[in-house]
Parts: sequence; C-alpha cells; structure tokens
Amino acid sequence: MKENKAKIRNFLSGLFRSQEWADDTNIFERGFVDSLAAIQLVLFVEQAFDISVGDEDLDLVNFSSVDAISELVGRKAYCAAAA
Amino acid sequence: MSIINLTPQQRSSQAAFRRFASEKIAPHACRFDSEERVPLELVRDLAAQGYLGSLLKGEWGGLGLDMMTYGVLTEEVGRACSSVRSLLTVHDMVARAVAKWGTQRQRETWLPRLARGELTAALAVSEPNVGSDARGVETTAARGPRSYVLNGRKKWITFGQLAGLFLVLARCEGKPTAFLVERDRPGLTVRPIAGMLGVRASMLAELEFDGCEVPRENLIGREGFGLSSVVATALCLGRYSVACGCVGIAQASLDASVKYAGGRRQFGVYLSEHQLIRQMLTEMVVNVRAARLLCQQAGRLLEANDPKGIMETFIAKYFSSRAATEAASAAVQIHGANGCSGDYPVQRYLRDAKIMEIIEGSNQIQQITIADCVFQEQAWEAAALNAA
Repeated sequence: MKENKAKIRNFLSGLFRSQEWADDTNIFERGFVDSLAAIQLVLFVEQAFDISVGDEDLDLVNFSSVDAISELVGRKAYCAAAA
Repeated sequence: MSIINLTPQQRSSQAAFRRFASEKIAPHACRFDSEERVPLELVRDLAAQGYLGSLLKGEWGGLGLDMMTYGVLTEEVGRACSSVRSLLTVHDMVARAVAKWGTQRQRETWLPRLARGELTAALAVSEPNVGSDARGVETTAARGPRSYVLNGRKKWITFGQLAGLFLVLARCEGKPTAFLVERDRPGLTVRPIAGMLGVRASMLAELEFDGCEVPRENLIGREGFGLSSVVATALCLGRYSVACGCVGIAQASLDASVKYAGGRRQFGVYLSEHQLIRQMLTEMVVNVRAARLLCQQAGRLLEANDPKGIMETFIAKYFSSRAATEAASAAVQIHGANGCSGDYPVQRYLRDAKIMEIIEGSNQIQQITIADCVFQEQAWEAAALNAA
C-alpha cells in the first residue's frame, strides 16, 4: 500500500508538475485535471498496477487523490485475485 | 524503404498491406478524389481483409493487430489514399472506444458488426462553433427516465455520409458525455459536405440532432466522462493513425519524386542530377525516416499502455504531418507544371497533407501540448531522483 502510494504520488507530481502533495489532496478540486491528464492517469493506473480500468470504475471519487487511487488499485487487485 | 524495428511477422503483414493498397486502392485514388467518395465495393474489400476490425481482438472477430502492425497498415493505406486511410481511422477510433469503455452489452452488440464491416462508424465531436476546444460542445443531451434526447449540430464528420453508427459527444447536465447513436434514429439528419481542399473522398457530413431520442443503454462511459475517457481514447488512437498515414503521404511523395526526377531530362541531364533537386530528395528521405521512427516509438509505448505514449503520439503526429506537407510540396515543385495537374498524384498528396496539419489536433494545439511534455518529463525525473 505504501509503495503504491509512492508510485502514485510520483506520477501525479510529474503529471501536474507539483511536488506539493498530501495523500488526501483532491486533484479535481485543485483544478489540475484536463481530459489529457485524465487519460494519462487511467493509463498509468493500468500499466503501473497491471489492472484494467473500465466503465464501472468511471467515478471521479476513484481518481480524486493518492488515497483514492490507491484504494481503487487495492480493490481491483483484490477482485482480480478473487476471480 | 525502412524495415527497422519490424519483426518478420510485421514485415510479412506489411507486404500483404502493400499488395492490397497497390492493387485495390492506389490505381483508383485519383478517381475517388474527383468523385469525392470511396466506393462501397472497396469498403467490402477492406472488410473482407479484416481491415475494419484490425485492432479488435479475435473474440470480436477482429485481427487483433498490435499497435506497430496497425501503424504499418495505416501507413500503407495512407500511402495509397488518405481518404481510405481516414475511413480506417474513424472506424477504428469508435471501435476502440467501445472496446475500452463500452458495457458488455454494447461490446457484444457493436464490435462483431464493426469488425465484419457490416456497418462503419464515425466520431461526431466537431461542431460549427467547436473545433479544438471539445469541452465547449454545444450539442445537448437531456436525460429522461429511460432515454436521452439530443439536440444540436455536428460538422466535418469524416465518413459521416457512410457511417451506420456515430459516437457523439454532447453536453449532459453541463458535462461532456458520449453516446452511441445509430444512423436511423428518428431526429437525426445527415447532410453531405462537398468541395473540401483535401481528403476529398472522406465523405464528410454535417449531422443535425433535432429531438433525437436514444435509449439510456446508448450512453457510453459515464455522464461527465465522455471527453476525458471515451473520446480521449478515440482521439489518441486517431492521432497515431493519422501520424502513420502522414508517413504514407510523405513516402508516396518521395517515391513519385524519385521516379519523376529519374525520368525527366532538363538542360541535357536528368532532374536527379541537379543538385537542388537532390537537396529536396534528401530532405524528404530524412524526414520520412524520422517520422516513421517517431511513429514506431509512439506505437511501442501505446502497445505497452504506457502513459508516455500519449505525448509521444502528439510528437509523432506533429512531426509527421509537417513532414508530409513539406514532402508533398517538394514533390509538386519537382514535378513543375505536371505536378499541378491531375495527371500526377502529387497535387492530391499536397492537398491531403495540408488537412493532416489540422485534423486530430491542429499543429498549434500540438505545439502547446508538446511543450507540456518537456515539463512533465522533467518533473517525473525529479520525482524518481527524490524517491531513489
């Protein structure tokens, strides 16, 4: 979990060119996310954690912060393992 | 000619694509251009080859090509005719979006039919007042208990005249939202657009939605995710496809120029002996190869689902579209008056290439976006150093 959060934090720092991240910082409220960043974020989550993001995951809450993305990754990994 | 980075299987596919394009497309491309249409017979031939389901997985009836091989396909088709390449591009963009973001039911309903070429698909984002700024779409979708009602106009829809299915971006409750809309939906009117500068056989259309009701199951992605997920996925593939098609235009311009310069004599020697002609040929060769390498790099990253693939695709598209225009312009120059006539295809290459600098993100949009890439990379490197 800790390692996942570090990966996510590093990616977001590059994507939004800011090092000032708390894990609960809401990236949408900070106004960082445009459509290009959004699709890059989806690809990052898929590639970095070997999961597939689909229609059912399209909820801003899932991508709103380091914490939220980490939770999504954990949930998807658990579902994949249980399947 | 460059076979760098291709596996034996990819080279074999390339040979098959080239054979098809040389026999079925290139000899007729000028006619398609003057008639402003691609004949249905060719669409059926493309479908029979599996080229309308090239990226779709086998379970949907597609060829399941990897991104590199797909790039080779669009280059080879683009080398013969940019309009036919555009058909593949827009069709694949929609198929890709449905495969990624569609519900299981949407996938089952549409992907096998798209792969078989039973119908073609088109992306409907641009509007009379909306081009690069897709967030500003004015077409609206009003949510009802079991359906959405679409109102508004879409313009410059590539192969809109032919498509049986449209992926439409509309504003629902103020948020960009995507819908699959069948051509025969009451309230949808399709009007042909003719007389464009280039890619004249791409059968552009204007769509008018006047109280067009679509069931809720035609929503693709979630409300508010139409641009950031569904259309963004489609556009990323579109940029790659167009970039590779541009390499095809540049290669065709080079091929035509080499042939012409080697067969025409002026001042007692072949054009190919004149240093200023050789300079133009050299620029073309270098740019074609550089553009192809950038496309291959983007293709590899896209295949790996690497987020950096998005920016590399911007770079590839920006460079390749400029290379295509420069190569086609040089080709017309080398051909002189002949190049300005309908007797040679180079004037078509130039007209088509110019369009490539405008579609799937104008070159000015690419310039703004690519600069972001530099800062992103720098920040990622800094973050990696901090983490180490």
